[in-house]
Amino acid sequence: MIPAQFEYSRPAGVQEAVRALAEGGEDAKVLAGGQSLIPMLRMRLAVPSLVVDLGGVVEMRGVRDDGDALVIGAMTTHDQVLRDPLVHEHAPLVVQATSTVADRQVRHMGTFGGSLAHADAAGDLPSVAVALDATFDIEGPGGRRTVPAGEFFVDYLTSAVSPDEVLVSVRVPKLTGWGTHYEKFNRVAQAWALVGVAAAVRRSGQTIEDARVALTSMGPTPVRARGVEEALIGAPATAEVVNAAADRAGEGTEPSSDVSASGEYRLHLARVLTGRAVAAAGGL
Amino acid sequence: MTATEAGPGTSVGAALGRKEDARLITGRTMWTDNVTLPGMLHLAILRSPMAHARITHLDVTPALESPGVITAFSGREVADVQGSLPCAWPVTEDTVVPDYPPIAVDEVRHTGEPVAVVAARDKASAEDALELIEVDYEPLPVVLDMEAALADDAPLVHRDQGSNRCYTWTFDSAEAGTGGDVTRAESDAEVVVTRRFSQQRLIPAFMEPRSIVVDPTGDQITMWSATQVPHILRLMLAMVTGTPEHKVRVVAPDVGGGFGGKLQVTPEEFIAFVAANRIGRPVKFTESRSETMMSGHHGRDQIQDVTISARRDGSVTGLSVRLLANMGAYLGLVTPGVPVLGAFMYNAIYKFPAYRFECTGVFTNTTKTDAYRGAGRPEATFAIERAMDELAAELGMDPLELRRRNWINHDEFPFTTVSTLTYDSGNYEAATERAKELFGYDELRREQERRRAAGDTVQLGIGVSTFTEMCGLAPSRVLGSLNYGAGGWETASVRVLPTGKVEVVTGTSPHGQGHETAWSQIAADQLGVPFEDIEVLHGDTRSSHKGLDTYGSRSLAVGGAALVHACEKVVDKARPVAAHLLECDPADLEFTDGAFRVRGSPESAKTIADCSLAVFNAHDLPEGMEPSLDSDATYDPANFSFPHGSHLCATEVDTETGRVRIRSYVAVDDVGRVVNPTIVEGQVHGGIAQGIAQALYEEASYDDDGNLLAGTFVDYLVPSATDLPTITTDRTETPAPDHPLGAKGVGEAGTIASTPAVVNAVVDALRPSGVTDVPMPCTPERVWRAARSTEGSERS
Repeated sequence: MIPAQFEYSRPAGVQEAVRALAEGGEDAKVLAGGQSLIPMLRMRLAVPSLVVDLGGVVEMRGVRDDGDALVIGAMTTHDQVLRDPLVHEHAPLVVQATSTVADRQVRHMGTFGGSLAHADAAGDLPSVAVALDATFDIEGPGGRRTVPAGEFFVDYLTSAVSPDEVLVSVRVPKLTGWGTHYEKFNRVAQAWALVGVAAAVRRSGQTIEDARVALTSMGPTPVRARGVEEALIGAPATAEVVNAAADRAGEGTEPSSDVSASGEYRLHLARVLTGRAVAAAGGL
Repeated sequence: MTATEAGPGTSVGAALGRKEDARLITGRTMWTDNVTLPGMLHLAILRSPMAHARITHLDVTPALESPGVITAFSGREVADVQGSLPCAWPVTEDTVVPDYPPIAVDEVRHTGEPVAVVAARDKASAEDALELIEVDYEPLPVVLDMEAALADDAPLVHRDQGSNRCYTWTFDSAEAGTGGDVTRAESDAEVVVTRRFSQQRLIPAFMEPRSIVVDPTGDQITMWSATQVPHILRLMLAMVTGTPEHKVRVVAPDVGGGFGGKLQVTPEEFIAFVAANRIGRPVKFTESRSETMMSGHHGRDQIQDVTISARRDGSVTGLSVRLLANMGAYLGLVTPGVPVLGAFMYNAIYKFPAYRFECTGVFTNTTKTDAYRGAGRPEATFAIERAMDELAAELGMDPLELRRRNWINHDEFPFTTVSTLTYDSGNYEAATERAKELFGYDELRREQERRRAAGDTVQLGIGVSTFTEMCGLAPSRVLGSLNYGAGGWETASVRVLPTGKVEVVTGTSPHGQGHETAWSQIAADQLGVPFEDIEVLHGDTRSSHKGLDTYGSRSLAVGGAALVHACEKVVDKARPVAAHLLECDPADLEFTDGAFRVRGSPESAKTIADCSLAVFNAHDLPEGMEPSLDSDATYDPANFSFPHGSHLCATEVDTETGRVRIRSYVAVDDVGRVVNPTIVEGQVHGGIAQGIAQALYEEASYDDDGNLLAGTFVDYLVPSATDLPTITTDRTETPAPDHPLGAKGVGEAGTIASTPAVVNAVVDALRPSGVTDVPMPCTPERVWRAARSTEGSERS
């Protein structure tokens, strides 16, 4: 349980980090909080030649108000997110999901951006980012680019961030007048979700005006449950509507079968939990 | 937690704070991995990725080129010195005990089996070098399933043995003369319930991984090991390697938990011993958690076929049990004996008139099994308590009422059971009554009825477990009759220092239990010496040369009795000294309130400290007296002790998702007289947590190729405090008549009791929909499937 040898670099700024990655080539790895990379290093599942530690990049930490959105620095720890008044006010879904990530010790080390760039579809934050239509600011040798959530999660453990790039910050649109809920189903408190559902619902009286639903651990990437949303938007806010919509939660999913749960069970859970998440978000 | 002040004679029974906790909790103590010696090398072990294969090529020379590496070797290179790991408990004359080389020589038989070793200047260099060792494996057929392993054409784990059967051990009450014939009971029965239960494989998750340091320099070879059994380890090192016993010293410094997982003599201990002697320098090996999980021994893994026959009025007429017990690929120290220990507990607290038991041990290409908290008794208790709930359902009877109709009444002790044991004492009525009251049993049953009638999504289940177990391993003659390779006595020595301070040396080997506190309490009362003036020494064969160590809830039951006897000898030796000092006849003295007093004139008193100074000076002692108060005692129990208790569990089962939430848990235990209530409380809480873990969370399964699917805590789910319920505990106290303090034992009780209470509650929640079992662990998916499989068919 000792990592193989690697070179180590601790840049002080984003551009310095990008230069270090360029020099490190294909076998360089970015270290954020270490929530995922450190175990992989220790088990020698990852054997990089260079580790670029972003721990010293101060400009990547913190949350700022940017008008209709919050900009969350990629190196902001989960714990900082949980204590941030702006996030509490404008993105309660992020707070609720983050509070379920791993355990207290890990939340003090793990980062918002690290969890997203790692692109584990069993992680809680990717589906939340998809449900909130977040956008991702990425810096590389060619400068900075912005990627929407729908294009950020490419495949299992693969995000749009290239090996020579760094995820700098994430822009999370403020949801005003929406209700949100993250429904996580796991076997023990510290475990990954077997299935998770991130839901946001905007009602006007007894009508559901808008709805966004995304699923955790229902395929190689987080899944936007468009079928559920379609069935909800414009419909009356009733239990029957929600249940009928939740029945479409399996559309477009590719749930895996593993030691924790079968695909069939995940599919069933997705429907049950979607119903519960939407009902909670919609105040039903 | 604050320590209560204890006066002489009042220490036993007081909730004193534990002496050892400050250093254990802060970690500022000597764990084996903290031992650092001059010139010490670090070992890393290359392990087989194959479950069964022939080693066709193995070359360690590339590893020798790696920086920091001193040497590397394979099993073949040490084949003539490494010996074969011992099994101390071949339960029958024909038990198959295969050769068990610490490092595989020609063939590997489970994943994780050691195949080569590297010694380097630091651990990182040793691990780096492992990757350079060349090994070619020729795969051999793998057999994992016990029933498949017993088939005629099954692949053989040990091809030279001709079969995968290790042994078959039987008991029949008709043959033993302790009861009737089970076959007749079954054919005459008004009700027969048959069930198959599976005890999933578990992994002991002690906090401190196993760690070994061996120093081969000096006149004695010294091994530090994170073990429960330093004395057994010393003996086995001597016997297996041929090293003279007096040339081996074993130290178990502070040890971070064991749960049976360190009741073992491990391949790694022998590898470190061989490596240190081969190199001539001290070596250290500390395993990673994944190594523990892959190759430390596992627990449970049995298939239990249980048939219970009864009359309609609920009286049980017979019980038959057929077991398949997975040995794994090799036999550890007591592997075959674990299910046999359970054989005596299937009749539990009941007066069953007929009993038959048959157990077959089976070899498979898996990590060996061995003792794990309860060792055989949790499995037995689970099966009978589950079967009793099933019988109650079949009879339409309340499960507690069914138990009451069959249990031994408190006025019937001592009671000789159908499986030949004599239960010393107990009061099942009192414990059950108290548990029902704390639980609110009748009100919960009413709520359950309401929610069933309303068709709630979340159903309420109530589970019962009225258990007993056998503690105090063990009367040596019983172990002899079971073909065990040692006795079951325990020793204690009391050294009285000149200033009246006391050193207690015990043969038990605590690894978290708090013996230093409890033994101090006992000695304080026996000797009239303050609790703080007593030091308890253990776990180093240099100071504690003799002992049988700690497992099987034996330490207080056996070692505590030895300590009482050693203290009594000290008092006996001090009496003539005190009489001499007081110028009276020894017969006129009584030892009360911590001092010798002349009957009738209590103001003239001499304490043990007074006597010890007199003995130290030895200027003026009674004629011919040996100037010492030091005393030893070795205690061989005449019988086991039988704690018992009634545990009640209420679960909320979400029928849509299958999630089980424990709503309330009540445990009323009777462990005899209690030395320290805080320690007992801790043991009960931890034990229940571990039993809940088996019921709901933990499972070590293999894929079809024999790869362990639970190689880290990501997949092997040990519940944390967040996942566990608030536990309500209470005690009844029925003293053990054969123990000088009346104490029984508590180390395993919670684990033994809780698993069936939880699973009974899960099944009870779903019973209206026709569910009669949910396999362990009762994962949400399994619960959901159980609920779904009967949907529509039984629900009205």
